[in-house]
Amino acid sequence: MKNRLKVLRAENDMTQAQLAEETGVSRQTINAIEKGKFDPSLPLAFRFAKLFKMSIEDIFAHED
Amino acid sequence: MKTQKHSGISKNKPITFHLGLWTFAWVLSIAFVTFGSKYLWEFNPTITVIMILISSLVGIGVIITNRKYIKQIDELQRKILLDAMGVSLGVAVIGGISYSMLDTTNVIDFDAEISHLVILIGLTYLAGVLIGNARYK
Repeated sequence: MKNRLKVLRAENDMTQAQLAEETGVSRQTINAIEKGKFDPSLPLAFRFAKLFKMSIEDIFAHED
Repeated sequence: MKTQKHSGISKNKPITFHLGLWTFAWVLSIAFVTFGSKYLWEFNPTITVIMILISSLVGIGVIITNRKYIKQIDELQRKILLDAMGVSLGVAVIGGISYSMLDTTNVIDFDAEISHLVILIGLTYLAGVLIGNARYK
């Protein structure tokens, strides 16, 4: 699954640690998601969407 | 850009501490049964059974607290721990049965001790957690 998390985080001038704090996960989790190594749960995806005021589809895209 | 913060990570410290306390109490109870039966109550079966029951109850406390811990930790950490547990379970079943067969067929000279299996499970779990953490670093 591809995602725009790193770009959105940069656009909002946030560090991985800040994004982790805002969404209640570890910085390691944010890093793993940004690198595409780990797919977040649906509740966490919703938290990202709420934080960036976007839909989940605008942040995450499925790749075949 | 601020939203309501989620305190998933900060909640972990008390539950980790509780898990540590329960595990310590359980290890202590095992030591008490092992050495107490020999040095304190000289293998009195009634006292031994009572102490084993107490130790088992503390063990149930460890299981319940561990379950709470798994539910509360960060989702990536949960995945790493569950993956490690899955591998440990597989190694425990396959390794345990193979080890037992080696004993029953007299391929090995010594008895297959459960403690060897527990050590194997512990090391497998530890390796699984370390590899998982390295993978998602």
